[in-house]
This record gives sequence, C-alpha cells and structure tokens, in this order.
Amino acid sequence: MLGELFKGLGTTLRYMFKQPVTVQYPEVKRPVRERFRGRHELKRFEDGTERCIGCSLCAAACPADAILVVAAENDPANPRSYGERYAATYEINMLRCIFCGYCEDACPTNAIVLEHQYELSFYDRRSSIYTREMLLVPPDKGHGEPPPILLQLQRRPSPPAQIDL
Amino acid sequence: MNWIDLLILVVQCLVIAIGVTTGFAYLTLFERRLLARLQNRVGPNRAGPNGFLQPAADGVKLFFKEDIIPAMADKPVYLLAPAMAVIPAIIIWAVIPFGCLNINWDYRACFTQDGAGLRNILQIADINVAVLYILAITSIGVYGITLAGWSSNNKYAMMGGIRASAQLISYELALGCAVLSVVMTYGTLSTREIVYAQGWSAGGIWGIVPQLLGFVLFIIASTAEVVRAPFDLVEAEQELAGGYNTEYGSMKFALFFMAEYIKLIAVSAIAVTFFFGGWHFPGLEILGREVTALFGPVAGAVVVGLLSLGSFLLKVVAFLFVSVWVRASWPRLRYDRLMDLGWKWLLPLGLINIAYTAVVFVLVPTQRLAAFVLFGLSLITLAIAGSFSSTPKPVDNVTYVQDTKRPAGD
Repeated sequence: MLGELFKGLGTTLRYMFKQPVTVQYPEVKRPVRERFRGRHELKRFEDGTERCIGCSLCAAACPADAILVVAAENDPANPRSYGERYAATYEINMLRCIFCGYCEDACPTNAIVLEHQYELSFYDRRSSIYTREMLLVPPDKGHGEPPPILLQLQRRPSPPAQIDL
Repeated sequence: MNWIDLLILVVQCLVIAIGVTTGFAYLTLFERRLLARLQNRVGPNRAGPNGFLQPAADGVKLFFKEDIIPAMADKPVYLLAPAMAVIPAIIIWAVIPFGCLNINWDYRACFTQDGAGLRNILQIADINVAVLYILAITSIGVYGITLAGWSSNNKYAMMGGIRASAQLISYELALGCAVLSVVMTYGTLSTREIVYAQGWSAGGIWGIVPQLLGFVLFIIASTAEVVRAPFDLVEAEQELAGGYNTEYGSMKFALFFMAEYIKLIAVSAIAVTFFFGGWHFPGLEILGREVTALFGPVAGAVVVGLLSLGSFLLKVVAFLFVSVWVRASWPRLRYDRLMDLGWKWLLPLGLINIAYTAVVFVLVPTQRLAAFVLFGLSLITLAIAGSFSSTPKPVDNVTYVQDTKRPAGD
C-alpha cells in the first residue's frame, strides 16, 4: 500500500514540472472551429449592396423569436438591395438568441451568417438588442459565400443568392 | 519586569500575531498556486503580479459579505466558537523559537545549554514546560470546532463537529506518544533546550535520527490533528456540505479557515523544532564567531539571528510544500479506516517507540550511539509495519440468485 502512495506523490510531482494546460483567456484566445455559431453578421454583395431583402423568413424560422424585421420598399433610383424591399429595421435580441443557426438556413440570399465572434457581454438589457447598423458588415469587406453545408452537399444556393456566385 | 521589558513583550506578541496571520494569508496563495501546478493548472494569477494581492482581495471580499446568524442557532456559543478556534492556534506560537537573536548582543548565549545571558527576541516565552503547553493548547483547539458544529443547529454541521472531536481525540494519543519519546530523548520539556540539543555544539544530530519512528508518527498524527488532507473528512464537502463551518459565513468563516491554516504552520514549526534542528544549520556558530571577530558583537548577534530565522522559515516552508503535495496526491480516508489507523497502528507504534527510547537510553552508554541504535530500530519497525498489508478483503454483500435456465454448477 505504501508503494502506491509514493507512486501517487511521484505522479503529481511530475505534473508540477509540466506546462499547465490552462488557456489564459483574455490574453490568449483559442481559435474557434470553422462552423462555430457566434454573433450574426448581415453580409453584402461584392458591389456593396445589402443582401437582406427584408423577407422576414429568418424571423419566422427563429425558434426563440429573437429577430425583428421591418421591411420597406426600395427607392428605384437608389436601391438598398436587389429585391423589391430591404430591411429598414433588423434587430436581434441576443438575450433570446439560442445560436441555433436556423435563420442562416432560412435566408434565401445568405444575408445572415453566424460568425465567429463570441464575446457578447453587455451591462444592461437594452444593449442586448443588436441593430441593423451593428450587424451589417462594412461595404468594403464581406460578400457571402455559400454555406459550408451546401458546398459539402455540392448544391447551389437558392437563385437569389446566386446573383454574384 | 520594568516597562521596557513589558513594551518589548507587547511588540513581540503583536509582531508574531500579525506575522502569523500574514503567513496564513500567503499560505493560502502558496497552496492554491502550488496545488494548481501539481494538477496541471495555473492557479490565481490575476490580482497583482503573479496573484500576489489575491489574499488581500479574498480578505476584502470576506469582510464585505453579509453576516448571517441562523435563527435557530445558540447565539452566544455560535459567536464565541470562531474565536475559540483561532485563539489556541495563535497562542501556540508563544513557545516556538523561530531563531536566536540575542538582544544582549552575544551570539554565544544561543549555543549554551543553560542560556545564561540570553534574551532571545525570536521566542516570546522560554518556559520550562513548553512541550506540555503545546500539547495542552492543541487539545483546546477542538472546543471551537465542536461548539461550532453544535451551536449552528444544523445536522451537517453537527456531524462535522462530532467527526472532528472523535478524530482529534483519537489522534491526540499518537501525537502525545510521539512527543513523549522526543521529550525522553532530550530529557527536557523546554523547546529552547530541545533545539540546543540538536545543534552543532551538542553533537549536531537532528531529532529525526534518534526519533525517525517518532517523526513519522508525529507527521501523520499532526496532519490528522490539523484536519488536513488526507484526514480532512471533518470538512468533507461532498458528504457534509462543508462540515462544522457550514452555517458560518463572512469573517466568521474566515476565522475558522485561519485557525486551520495557522495550526498547519504551527505543527510544521513544531516538527521542525523537534525533528529538524529548529533554527540550527551547520556552520552557524562558526559564522557567528567570524562575524563577531570582524564587525563586533552586535553584528555577530544580528547575523546569527537573521540567518537562524531564515533557516527556520525555510524548513517550515519545506514542510508546507509536502503538506500541499500530499493534498494534491492522496484521496481522503474512509472514516472507519481513519479510526483503524489511529487506534490499531499509530498508538501501538507510539507505545513501541516509547519502549525503544526508554530501553536504548538505559542500555547504550553514549547519547550519540544511542541515537543511531534508535535509528536502526525505527527503520526495522517501519519496514515491518509497512510490509503488513492492512487492506482487508472487500466484503461480498451480493446475494447470487441461481439462474434457472443455466445448468447448475456453471
């Protein structure tokens, strides 16, 4: 029995000289996986037009009822999107969102994508609502790619999303 | 005793009390960091450089927590119990010599048996029954724990308190046996003289040589006495929701925590005093002589004082390291095994050790030879005791039902 006790001591002592496995979080951030579902982003086409056509399918698909879309008619002279309408209001309540990704699946234009940002803390409940301006990516970066699941299945996205693919 | 002496005494007491509580605070940090490394983690490193301010942060947190007294608690006893736990833990330090800083500025007084002309400010009270005092004070410590468990009127706290009193009383016997054999070896109850007897001028044999068996018994029994792992089933979180201090919060809880850790440092210090030469290290006396010859008696006394204090603290830290190491490595004992170990193993071994010590010191003419004879005897005894496998066969409580479809005898 004594032998086992000393063996135990030896094991812990050996671990003392090993590098700890802890990731020191705020300084060191581990990369997330490719298909990680974090904060949403509203993508644009390559020419900078918004992908979102204000169809509210994401809001319909959302099991947590976290999304609010209010659509408005496009001004023909100066369209915001390629559809008839665009999202005048697009809000996601991050306190309700369960990051299931159904909105991503429902979106006919691949406008909404769950990206890799996961630091979503806020001080009050009002700031849990992420508005369209916060979600929309800047014009110069970001046009959506077909979702990885479609690439895997070797299927094309639905027609509206094929505009620049 | 004039007022200067009184002032020195008060300052000594203050410094020791504050030093010991600071030591407790940093022991918690030491333990958490070391435990983390032993378990492949990092440990608290956020507050201050390397987590250096973590104890202060913990203290502030505990101070500002809500102070709750359970409605059904026995209020006076409930409030008194933390104090009764922490006071014995602190006053035990009165008789432990941390070093030898003679403020009559003569280093040589540290290395004499009668201590003539010695006014050591690194030991508060050099009393002639110091060992008895230590045993008495450690026994009083159990009152705080037991009363805390009883007065909070909670079944888990009650069970924790009962476990504590049973465990502490059982292991006190083994501890007493180990300490008694040390007293028999040196023929004195004074801690100063026990430390002197292990010094270079008195033969230079540390107490662990004649009392190897005593040391092993002392370490096991004192670990149980301060309810450290692997004997920490007094506060087994998984079974007792924290044990006797379940109903205590805020600073009252911190006092129990403090009592436990100060006792841990205290038993380490006592182990160093009894078995590892106290503040002695080889060459200290020669160093004192050389420094005195070069820079005068004041410098000599101060150098001896500081170095002896340093060597004492270093030895204590080594013991604390082992304590944390053991906590990281070994699982908790089952309660009946704990009692088995205390009564069936440690107590008989302690009695055997007393017999060895008595017989050897009568039969063997010189102290030095006797020490080595005892060392050999201890080794043999430990080897024999260690080779017994005390693990009983597991009792088979399963009732087998005969399978009717299978042929009999399968």
